[in-house]
Amino acid sequence: MAQQLTAKEPTAEQIADQRIYTQFGVTDYEFELICGFLGRKPNYTEIGVFSVMWSEHCSYKNSKPILKKFPITGPRVLMGPGEGAGIVDIGDNQAVVFKIESHNHPSAVEPYQGAATGVGGIIRDIFSMGARPVALLNSLRFGRLENDRVKYLFENVVSGIAGYGNCIGIPTVAGEVMFDESYEGNPLVNAMCVGLIDHDKIQRGVAKGVGNPVFYVGPATGRDGIHGATFASVELSEESEEKRTAVQVGDPFMEKLVMEATLELIDSGIVLGIQDMGAAGLTCSSAEMASKAGNGLELYLDEVPQRETDMTPYEMMLSESQERMLFVVEPQHEAQAKEIFDRWGIICAKVGKVTDDGRLRLFHKGEEVADMPVKALVDECPVYEKPSQEPASFAASASIDTADFTEINDLTGALEKVLASPTVASKEWVYSQYDYMVRTSTAVQPGSDAAVVTIDGTRKGLAMTTDCNGRYVFLDPEVGGKIAVAEAARNIVCSGAEPLAITDNLNFGSPEKPEVFWQLEKSADGMSEACRVLDTPVIGGNVSLYNENAKGAIYPTPVIGMVGLVHDTDHITTQGFKKEGDVIILVGETKAEFGGSELQYVLTGEAKGRPPVIDLATEKTLLNTVLGAIQQGLVASAHDLSEGGLAVALAESCISGRIGAEVNVATELRADHALFSESQSRILLSAKPEQAAALQSLLNEQGLANAAIGTVKGGSLTININGKSGVAAPVQQLEKVWKDAIPCLMK
Amino acid sequence: MKFAVLVFPGSNCDIDCFKAVEAIGEQVEYVWHTTTDLSGFDAILVPGGFSYGDYLRCGAISRFAPVMNEVKKAADEGKFVLGICNGFQILTEAGLLPGALIRNNGLKFRCHQTPLEVVNSATAFTNQYSQGEVISIPIAHGEGNYYCDDETLAKLQANNQIVFRYAGDTNPNGSVYNIAGVSNERGNVVGMMPHPERAMDQLFGSEDGKRMFTSILNAWREQHGAAVNG
Repeated sequence: MAQQLTAKEPTAEQIADQRIYTQFGVTDYEFELICGFLGRKPNYTEIGVFSVMWSEHCSYKNSKPILKKFPITGPRVLMGPGEGAGIVDIGDNQAVVFKIESHNHPSAVEPYQGAATGVGGIIRDIFSMGARPVALLNSLRFGRLENDRVKYLFENVVSGIAGYGNCIGIPTVAGEVMFDESYEGNPLVNAMCVGLIDHDKIQRGVAKGVGNPVFYVGPATGRDGIHGATFASVELSEESEEKRTAVQVGDPFMEKLVMEATLELIDSGIVLGIQDMGAAGLTCSSAEMASKAGNGLELYLDEVPQRETDMTPYEMMLSESQERMLFVVEPQHEAQAKEIFDRWGIICAKVGKVTDDGRLRLFHKGEEVADMPVKALVDECPVYEKPSQEPASFAASASIDTADFTEINDLTGALEKVLASPTVASKEWVYSQYDYMVRTSTAVQPGSDAAVVTIDGTRKGLAMTTDCNGRYVFLDPEVGGKIAVAEAARNIVCSGAEPLAITDNLNFGSPEKPEVFWQLEKSADGMSEACRVLDTPVIGGNVSLYNENAKGAIYPTPVIGMVGLVHDTDHITTQGFKKEGDVIILVGETKAEFGGSELQYVLTGEAKGRPPVIDLATEKTLLNTVLGAIQQGLVASAHDLSEGGLAVALAESCISGRIGAEVNVATELRADHALFSESQSRILLSAKPEQAAALQSLLNEQGLANAAIGTVKGGSLTININGKSGVAAPVQQLEKVWKDAIPCLMK
Repeated sequence: MKFAVLVFPGSNCDIDCFKAVEAIGEQVEYVWHTTTDLSGFDAILVPGGFSYGDYLRCGAISRFAPVMNEVKKAADEGKFVLGICNGFQILTEAGLLPGALIRNNGLKFRCHQTPLEVVNSATAFTNQYSQGEVISIPIAHGEGNYYCDDETLAKLQANNQIVFRYAGDTNPNGSVYNIAGVSNERGNVVGMMPHPERAMDQLFGSEDGKRMFTSILNAWREQHGAAVNG
């Protein structure tokens, strides 16, 4: 093996003797294994390649045992986890492709580029499958907005998402933003992309056909993002600032061109295999494509377009320069492929060849500089069964009575406080910076329970949402995991769609800590059960661990991205009340449940006790029944009850509908409990007066608790509890409080 | 009637313009930025997006595209040219329209429905609206702040070249005199920041943009002796 080194690269002996591999996160045990697979000590390039392939980000070595729990099949699933993105059949030879991915660590040190390239990466995952991206979503978490650093992160993350999505021309249609101290220093930036594809256009990342050429397309490779995947697999620290160079720089204009050219190439039918260069760039894409085909691959690194001089094999293999793709065609199609990229002004270079020896061989300046078994890189990373331990505080917190706070008398004041809490407040400041209308298919815009994007040439639509309440998961990971899935499904149903499947983004602290691993395990159990009961398999996702710093771990936050099918655009339903006189019906049972609630956070600044309970069978009945009622045309508006409970849901339905409501709740609970409890499996509906009885009898038939609690009316929201005055405020006043909260904090 | 929708590298509202023309039942074709012949078209739509990534300055690179010579020729011939958003920026950069578009005064990209006042309903682009009518058309831009000097503004007013203004106090970007769209002196070239092609169907928030396209059709038919009723 040639030791083709620059002066600064250590030799294989030095790497072994000085344990240099530990700097790349490779353990002594793993290094031994690598030496075994190679039959010798790895050189600098090889240890670099192994270290990224064996990082948590690429290998899922710590999370594999968790991911196994998820149900991943279903009658509609055309492709589950493993490829760039999962695919679900939606009939008429069409399918929906979607995936969520995190860019938490990069966004913590370089928020604009970190967020922007997160969006760019997830878009590539979708169009590399052959799908046309039609919508973007995101899920964001920050610390308290009073903190200046948090403001800086929030402002720039939103700008970065806007900068990328707006330029490339894919609408950002939905998302969620929550603020809680636990995310201070560790913001979460999860981006999701949804695409449409015809069944016969589905691509896979395989290096097929021994002897076929391998092409690199996209901008030239630079020294940016080297070791990004490794960086994402450690905790953030003071030194993280120095790792800014591990953050890539995005160019959405370039990606737009690469996307159009790639889709045209795929449309031409000549592509045998294609994959984007995401985490670990050229390394991961080449190794995975070879592995999936059971082949080997040779790369001629002198042919790799380079934008900096004297780049070493190590740097080229580990660079995470953005907007690049790798694909394989038969030799006779080479000219046709090049012609397409030429027209779009994109570099297309032949950089390698498919081989039959099962090895990844790299050549540079006439010498072989690396030779590694593909299988060892992709499949042989050890999987760790991390120790798991229930935190000591968990059992004790069961006895905390979360409803035991001093009764609130000023209910209007309390409602305004909760509406002004940044987590609940209007996110218009955020989404008005996103172009959510481009492609002219956005039928339900940001700010409702789920966005709906219509499918051109059909009467169908796709509903989509991202959801997770990390406080619930923190208080009880299993219940919190169930709630995350259930709430996503409720949002989808409220928009008039049938839930199809989910993609998940597991954002957790360090798996080395048994308490964190326990959270991971338990929340996956909860999510899996909910996915089984609600028939929404997991078709792909992402794991982001090590989200912690000196102050501790984030709340465990398994974000759910769910997509549903609107069978007919007539079924599209929004949360806003529609018409004076419509009857307001609350479906579901309200108990005094405040663990992890918004009210608890507003009153105490903490999350404590147990989260609300959830019964998945009841949830399933609720979802089926409400969707059925919507499809029968019995529902005027539908809104999921979540943070802030009934009071917030009523206020939001009034604000969205620009109309008031007169409500009288009959309850055995305390007034403040009835209004702000976050009991699960509840939906606020409104119906035309002549249809209310039919709607209620449908709900009764299914044994669902429900009550007509009021009427859409006037310009104020008045809520009486057992005939006694509770909330009374003009809708405009509530709207002002709700809308001004975030802009005020950002000034 | 046949519409061209120009496609620059980075255009992204091209498909929306294409769909809008289809919606009024007329012929439409995408035209690549290197094209050097627009003689087969009656109207040219310069779509929104981020042509050339908006690098250097919005529209500053696109104006050098080969197709722009043809757009100028078409404008000289009296054909209808409509630039929307980035298309408006390109037309000002190309000197086909007066003024310039600078960064929004709030320094942020803004996307939402906006009430627009039809200031001049006597153009080929607005004849299906009534004078002073307020319509709802969305905006989506970061650099839509129309600027011109006082002299130019006076000329625009004197020649009835101001086509749309943001109604009331809704100016989203700080533009001079609340200007949202202007025409050239002859009236056959219009540029506007709001997106009429996104307002073709109530399902997506508004259908007020539709009459913009039927206006163009109507003007063309009048020229060709077959006027239609709106």
